[in-house]
Amino acid sequence: MTLLSLSQVGKRFATGTQALDGLSFKIAAGEFVSLLGPSGCGKSTALRLAAGLLEPDAGEIAYPGGKPETAFVFQEATLMPWADTLTNARLPLDLKHVPRDEANDRARKALARAGLAGFEHAYPRELSGGMKMRASLARALVARPKLLLLDEPFAALDEITRHALGDDLLRLWGEDGLTVLFVTHSAAESSYISQRVLVMTPRPGRVAADITLASGRDTRLSPPTIQAQRAISDALSTAGALA
Amino acid sequence: MSQSGMKRLASIALPLAVAILLLGAWEIAVAHWQVPPYVLPAPSAIARAFLGNFASLMAALAATLTVTLEAFLAATVLGIATAIAFSQSRLLERTFYPYAVILQVTPVVAIAPLILIWVGFDHINLALVIISTIVAFFPILAGATLGLKSADFNLIDLTRLYGASRLQILWRIRLPTALPYLLSGMKTAGGLALIGAVVAEFVAGSGTATGLAWRIVESGNRLEIATLFAALALLAVTGVAIFAALSLLEWALLRRWHESAISHQS
Repeated sequence: MTLLSLSQVGKRFATGTQALDGLSFKIAAGEFVSLLGPSGCGKSTALRLAAGLLEPDAGEIAYPGGKPETAFVFQEATLMPWADTLTNARLPLDLKHVPRDEANDRARKALARAGLAGFEHAYPRELSGGMKMRASLARALVARPKLLLLDEPFAALDEITRHALGDDLLRLWGEDGLTVLFVTHSAAESSYISQRVLVMTPRPGRVAADITLASGRDTRLSPPTIQAQRAISDALSTAGALA
Repeated sequence: MSQSGMKRLASIALPLAVAILLLGAWEIAVAHWQVPPYVLPAPSAIARAFLGNFASLMAALAATLTVTLEAFLAATVLGIATAIAFSQSRLLERTFYPYAVILQVTPVVAIAPLILIWVGFDHINLALVIISTIVAFFPILAGATLGLKSADFNLIDLTRLYGASRLQILWRIRLPTALPYLLSGMKTAGGLALIGAVVAEFVAGSGTATGLAWRIVESGNRLEIATLFAALALLAVTGVAIFAALSLLEWALLRRWHESAISHQS
């Protein structure tokens, strides 16, 4: 069942930049899809459009099953520096007026699932970059979203942390039956983490290749993963992204 | 003693040592050159004048402090309220911000007589508070306006994703973001409220005002320079106390999260 569909979507900013032109793709419920492309190709814009944070100038964005509960994870952790981890993770529930006890309980569970048990009362500045991103993930999961949108969430992290968080994200996706749209500029990351990769052209962005990845990519260095990475890199060069 | 303890001690002991040295030199110089007390009284004479006029000086301090605090409070409430209004409507900000600037750049001494006439000498305290409020208002407005605008756009987008209302965004995101800016504005405004109160008392003149500034004018007229110095010292101490109190408030509110309030471990 299609959860999200974009057809012929265009977006031009007030500055005159045509970020997207004729962007079309569909995502089925439960899929893990990477949106891959060079910097500035409009990936983030596409993600914001999918979230409903921006309106398209052209084309149509549809949610055939109704607008799903959506969560967004930014490249920066985007936490409230004045609030502890628990309060940060609770934000979506607070905004929805969920009773405080229930909200605290759910936020605690979400933090534990994201690997932050015991850090409920730490402030963001007391956390490492990876832990901040975990808090951001916990906040995204606390409202039990159907659709999780991630905008290069691990780009600012070191490789070891990036891998650990990638594995955790895969686990959470499996446990929750989430639909994930994952924006990245790393072919390696997308080849391991996702089921399907949408390769975008340079700006104005549209989908140049839609690659469904083979199974058997159990580790980052499994031959099928490497093979997938090669196919994705080839698609990127064909799209003119690797100039 | 730990290194930080030494540093803290030094930050108190060194200025204190300078004060003692200066006062000692002053005392000796006045005695040595036999400076007339109506030109420059010795610190000991100022201390005697302070103790001799203790009750009346304290009453004057209370009067000035009341005006200062009322004006500071009024400026804080008005400044925050105006900044919130500006943050909710660009049009409102574009329309009225220039007037706030005009109010700020016009010397208060020039407006004070007008306000005294309008409010009337029967309500002298109200006039003083209004004048002082005008002086203290702008830094709070400027700080709060900048702070409310400085909220993380992504964080606001995130709250919109969960259907947050403008009020929720204001309360949960914009106001906490504005807090450090607001507190910085309040620290400036605290000192300005005192200056405003003093200027207002000067303009109001003797016979009406009863605060420290009036004591300074009156002591000057009577050539009681030691009392003048005592009142002056009291004003300076008041200014420092206001600054210290607001710094303490800032530290208490920001110490857990804001870079400015966190001492870096070396």
